[in-house]
Amino acid sequence: RALTGCVAGGGEGGPSSSRVFVVRRDQDIYIQTLRKLFNESHGIFIGLQRSEEELAGKSRKAQLVQVSKNYRSVIRACMEDMHQAAISARDPALHSQYSTQVSILSAMELIWNLCEILFVEAAAAGPLLLRLLDWVRLHVCDVDNMVREVLSSENPSKHELFWNVVDVFVLQGRMDEARHLLSKEAGANPTSVNMFKILDDLMKKMPVPSLGNTQTLTEMELKWQHWHEECQRYLQDGTFASNSHMESICKILLGDEDAILEKKELMTTWYHFLVTRLLYSHPTVKPMELRFYAQACMDLFLGGESSPEPLDTILMAAFEFEMHQVIKECSIALSNWWFVAHLTDLLDHCKLLQSHNLYFGSNMREFLLLEYASGLFSHHSLWQLGVDYFDHCPEYGRVYLELHIERIPLNTEQKALKVLRICEQRQMHEQVRSICKIMAMKALRNNRLGSALSWSIRAKDAAFATLISDRFLKDYCERGCFSDLDLIDNLGPSMLLSDRLTFLGKYREFHRLYGEKRFSEAAKLLLMLMTAHIAPCSFWMTLLTDALPLLEQKEVIFSAEQTYELMRCLEDLTAGKSDKQKFQDDDVENMKVEMLRLALARNLARVIVKEGTLDGS
Amino acid sequence: VWDKSENGDWHCTASWKTHSGSVWRVTWAHPEFGQVLASCSFDRTAAVWEEIVGESNDKLRGQSHWVKRTTLVDSRTSVTDVKFAPKHMGLMLATCSADGVVRIYEAPDVMNLSQWSLQHEISCKLSCSCISWNPSSSRAHSPMIAVGSDDNSPNILAKVQIYEYNENTRKYAKAEALMTVTDPVHDIAFAPNLGRSFHILAVATKDVRIFTLKPLRKELTSSGGLTKFEIHIVAQFDNHNSQVWRVSWNITGTVLASSGDDGCVRLWK
Repeated sequence: RALTGCVAGGGEGGPSSSRVFVVRRDQDIYIQTLRKLFNESHGIFIGLQRSEEELAGKSRKAQLVQVSKNYRSVIRACMEDMHQAAISARDPALHSQYSTQVSILSAMELIWNLCEILFVEAAAAGPLLLRLLDWVRLHVCDVDNMVREVLSSENPSKHELFWNVVDVFVLQGRMDEARHLLSKEAGANPTSVNMFKILDDLMKKMPVPSLGNTQTLTEMELKWQHWHEECQRYLQDGTFASNSHMESICKILLGDEDAILEKKELMTTWYHFLVTRLLYSHPTVKPMELRFYAQACMDLFLGGESSPEPLDTILMAAFEFEMHQVIKECSIALSNWWFVAHLTDLLDHCKLLQSHNLYFGSNMREFLLLEYASGLFSHHSLWQLGVDYFDHCPEYGRVYLELHIERIPLNTEQKALKVLRICEQRQMHEQVRSICKIMAMKALRNNRLGSALSWSIRAKDAAFATLISDRFLKDYCERGCFSDLDLIDNLGPSMLLSDRLTFLGKYREFHRLYGEKRFSEAAKLLLMLMTAHIAPCSFWMTLLTDALPLLEQKEVIFSAEQTYELMRCLEDLTAGKSDKQKFQDDDVENMKVEMLRLALARNLARVIVKEGTLDGS
Repeated sequence: VWDKSENGDWHCTASWKTHSGSVWRVTWAHPEFGQVLASCSFDRTAAVWEEIVGESNDKLRGQSHWVKRTTLVDSRTSVTDVKFAPKHMGLMLATCSADGVVRIYEAPDVMNLSQWSLQHEISCKLSCSCISWNPSSSRAHSPMIAVGSDDNSPNILAKVQIYEYNENTRKYAKAEALMTVTDPVHDIAFAPNLGRSFHILAVATKDVRIFTLKPLRKELTSSGGLTKFEIHIVAQFDNHNSQVWRVSWNITGTVLASSGDDGCVRLWK
């Protein structure tokens, strides 16, 4: 797996500078053009997990084949984008990187397509060959340019590559196109008209497996046998002897190995050779027979000059129906888990994978999905896709999610909220608590008390809430006003999280009432804060001082009983202090106490009179 | 200390000289406790540091400030490792020294990083080089520390010891010793526990070794409450072909990184 590195830290070089290397794997997730692949395949994956399992037999299979096709079309779309990017890249290194990606994606689609035919669709003898023909036609594109060139020329039959193109069509079983081209040559060469007619006829009559139920395999085999014999007769009669090209075509039609192998350059790959051979020697090949032909064809084609590449090994494993081998080889050859994770998941849904339990990941499907999703988590936004993948890993998904989600860097509040929502949806209480605590701590360190408080409320962290409330109160004492009023005003029931927080909320309420001139309510609240012991003792002096303006209103606010209460509170407070403390208290402190005593006494006097008079009020 | 900026570049935001000897290890506390670091040194001390949010000018200049909150001076020899305990245990850390003493400290008030009290002193009999806390927060597992020794004296004593907290005696006691590890140990690391019943421990010694420790039933004798373990070695890699100095697990405990005298970092899956 490719590892890239970069040097962090001071770059002056020199023997004393420290060097820290940042090495990263799974670089693929950072390639912009692959983003589409990850995003769209995610959608297909989720759709598959949620799809109707109740559908049985044919409809289920059709559904799964559709899913497979969807995956492939995403790969193709990505390939297109990558190809465009390669073309427009100025930097040769970038161009080369994109080009490599294009060939990797192309290989992936090739493999996936074959797996779709053999495993998902599980094409039976007959349709199997047709599918394989489609597959070859789709993927061997090296000859496309040549074909285009000849077809678009003024006089195709005079083009030097004319016969090559005819051969290509024949090799790929594109009979109609071959016949069409041949007719042009026929027109130009009146002497060989007879030969053309015969060849044309043979090609037209070639029996092919049908997709529908119009004929049984046996019927087809019989027809094919007859046709094969007819071709044989014409060849042996020397009908095509005067034209080597046509003779070679006839030999190909007869499945002559050497004749086909001669056209190696036009086929370019051994699997093309395989399909051509099958087309012309055993069109009703059964799936389980493929392996024998595949091995033989690969050996013949490579001929000992070259050894199989990883792609060849993978395809061979597929022809041998060794699914686990396919997955294993792909895991080794490819640089990220995307391909094997999604393919294995699909095969698992096709109920094709035996569940051997691997102790390190439950089963193959889950193991690969866990690996893939884990890789996504190192990306600043793709991690969200990873969450859904973990959700569908029944055994270890949750614990993997718990571990990864805690490590997501929470650089912005939005990101933290996004992460939190995900945790809350899944009842991951410990993670919720932890994240809120981390955010609260961060806010507190940066002196953003309001933010810290709302995070600790969300974390249901009473101790922390108390601490922050104390800070608020301290701030108030120092500055005479509250910060973050909105937050405190709208605490609601969360106020009950901690006593100190309750006090903070209620204290602010007192100030609000006072501001709204609702004095008697304010007074009542103030008193209650002390008598119900909601206020901490350390704050009583402040509260009593707050009472002063209420005591000195024109109107009498505190009732007699309330005044007695206040006095009692004041005495409790001062009695608690030793004489020494009283001596040490500064003058301001003592003066405050005196002022309070005076104000309370005055109030008492007024209220006694007021309450004593007949019309009360 | 390096910070990663918005565009993904790393910048050195703080660099300070403090210990009067080589600094052997640094370790981060869990972010729940704020931005907190611990360091340990040849100068026989370990220190706890906290990042202070400074003036906005500093932020612009890309600098951060770290203040020392406490110095732990109990050790009489070089302090070779310092590690914070898993966060579910509160704000706790363990140090180990060259004279074989492991000390466990706790800060009872997590908001006050200058108050740490020494809770446990464990004498390991061998010079210690590294420690690792078992990260498992499962109730089935008591707190556990693995201690590695790089003692070079010609004895065949086990160089890895496992200490477990005993709820009854309220002390840490030796639960296990890995008898097969007789070469000096340079680093040791418990893997994250994914709900497994058994523990996985990586050891950096003359090669890379990975052990599983499977708890057997607890012995409920009067001094008991100590777990017995079934120990297996599940991997041994000598690819470094030299002393292995550090081992470290990934988040899910599925990949182990090791570094060695051959100048290579290797990843094991």
